[in-house]
Amino acid sequence: MGSTVMPPVVKVKALYCPSCGGPVELKGFAHSLSVVCPQCLSVLDATSPTFDVLQKLQESMRRTPTIPLGSRGRFDGAPFEAVGYQIRQVVDDGQVFEWAEYVLFNPYKGFRYLVEDFKGHWNFVRPVRYLPVAIPAMKPMVLAHSQKFKHFIHSQAATSFVLGEFPWRVKLGETVDCNDYIAPPLMLSSETTENEVVWSEAEYITGAQVWESFKLPGSPPAESGVFANQPNPLTGRPKAAWRMFGMMVALLFVLMIFFAVTSKSERVFQQDYSFTSGSTSEPSFVTPVFELKGRPAAVEIKIKTDLNQDWAYFGVTLINETTGQGYDMGKEVSYYSGSDSDGSWTEGERNATLTVGSVPAGRYYLRVEPEMESTTAGTIGAPHSMRYSIEVIHDVPPLGYFFLVLILLLVPPIWISLRKGMFESKRWSESDYASSGGSD
Amino acid sequence: MSQPTTNCPSCGAPVQFRWSGAIQTTCEFCHSILVRSDLDWQKVGKVADLPFDSSPIQIGTEGIYRQKPFVVVGRIIYDWEDGSWNEWHVVFNDGNSGWISDAQSEYDVSFIATLNIALPPVEQIGRGQTFRFYDHDYTVTSLTRAHYRGVQGELPFQFWDKSDMMFLDLRSPDGRFGTIDFSENPPLLFLGEPVEFEALQFKNLRLFEGWN
Repeated sequence: MGSTVMPPVVKVKALYCPSCGGPVELKGFAHSLSVVCPQCLSVLDATSPTFDVLQKLQESMRRTPTIPLGSRGRFDGAPFEAVGYQIRQVVDDGQVFEWAEYVLFNPYKGFRYLVEDFKGHWNFVRPVRYLPVAIPAMKPMVLAHSQKFKHFIHSQAATSFVLGEFPWRVKLGETVDCNDYIAPPLMLSSETTENEVVWSEAEYITGAQVWESFKLPGSPPAESGVFANQPNPLTGRPKAAWRMFGMMVALLFVLMIFFAVTSKSERVFQQDYSFTSGSTSEPSFVTPVFELKGRPAAVEIKIKTDLNQDWAYFGVTLINETTGQGYDMGKEVSYYSGSDSDGSWTEGERNATLTVGSVPAGRYYLRVEPEMESTTAGTIGAPHSMRYSIEVIHDVPPLGYFFLVLILLLVPPIWISLRKGMFESKRWSESDYASSGGSD
Repeated sequence: MSQPTTNCPSCGAPVQFRWSGAIQTTCEFCHSILVRSDLDWQKVGKVADLPFDSSPIQIGTEGIYRQKPFVVVGRIIYDWEDGSWNEWHVVFNDGNSGWISDAQSEYDVSFIATLNIALPPVEQIGRGQTFRFYDHDYTVTSLTRAHYRGVQGELPFQFWDKSDMMFLDLRSPDGRFGTIDFSENPPLLFLGEPVEFEALQFKNLRLFEGWN
């Protein structure tokens, strides 16, 4: 038989501040060891029957918490009330860095904490019930629930303002030795006092999550900089981008094979020509019409010359006889050879290949304008001349394009990897391991 | 289920038992501490008023630990430098008993274990020292000087004339928990683990003003 008596309700303890007489409530029930009078900022010993005044803060020190004490927000599926607030600070190179810590309380689930860094970054903090283990390494690390946390910073944090209640004996000016270890979005922190090492586990959350949780009015201030355990928004993205790159390359390779196998590589035109510079006739001419059939495909124009110790330039336009649409191309061809103390050498290439991608079917002709160094009338020396042939091949595999696509495909993974790296260097620039050289 | 009862040898009020194995209990009416002697119960002292306490657990609270239902039948209250904590004595439906410690609503479940190694005197033990109990390493995380504050309900041993005592808390990397109570010789070893509040599926908890 269970008891039919309703369990007694635990009452919030109310008292009067022995310093100013104002009302003070203990929302943390018997857990609160220290409470600050909201009226006169006296720090009271909540465990003494007379609520002895331990310390008194100056009114000029008063700070207003972003989350009003007494408000409740949901975390881990349960409501927690903001019952305490302290400002802590570290002094580094004469610069003061401060942050706020909220004591959150639920009478069944106990205490949690919320940390606000005043730059728009927040952390929800849970007590740690296991023992983190130090891993010997160049950079210190700790192992906790089989996850490695990298040491980020060592600091001496001092309490500079307190409000509300605390489940410990709070003391203005008290300094604790802190070490932070990160595995974003988590951060393990140890606080060492003479009696014990207290570990806590913080999880990075956004201002928007805090505003949503506590139903705060307005919107959270924008975050600036990168916080120690802020998750890198690009985590996993370089890997995914490289995987995508690999898939695209494989696809490209399949396409290449497909084109290589299915390309007809049909010769639709071939003709031999000769050219002499300085001749009075107009150098440009048009070829007879040839027909391109079938799917739109790449057209290759191969020019073979017999140049020797000379150069030539070919301006070539592929023109659709019906529409008049033209594809302009140009290429310089040169060939030199000789010998010196290192032996014989050659430079340049007698032949040239011009490619036009995706030319639709139709009747076409070429307009060709060869050019060589001109020998003006009266100068001594043979005029520059050459013999050459022009060959038009339709439906060739567009291998050059594949190479271009390959290079373009490389851009996103490289860009994403660089941006991820930049975020990480911003993060670590605030740590004990910031590179001393490098950034200005 | 019929429950054994007796009458308080001090005030005559009925004293009900939730657990047949109880060695000590308290009278709800006159707060006498009663201990079993042969077939009888004897008054050995009186509990001082219990402190203002905000554990959500109370005697009669039920819960489930590792699929086994339990009921809270008694507790020991300790004070220390930074507050107080409760060791709740729980009895499972198979007759075994264990402990739920509640320190600022952080809960550890533990069971008494035979001390399988010889411990050095408590004065020679420091934080960070590691002991091996039953194939697991436990590291001392805190040494606490505690003060016996009171008892309530049914306990598996006599526990009523204590004063100051030392406790060692131990934890392991894989989340095991241990406590060594140096008030006895040899010391008492308790081994267990931390548990989340919701995992224990409590029923018949206390209510809190503004929270229910």
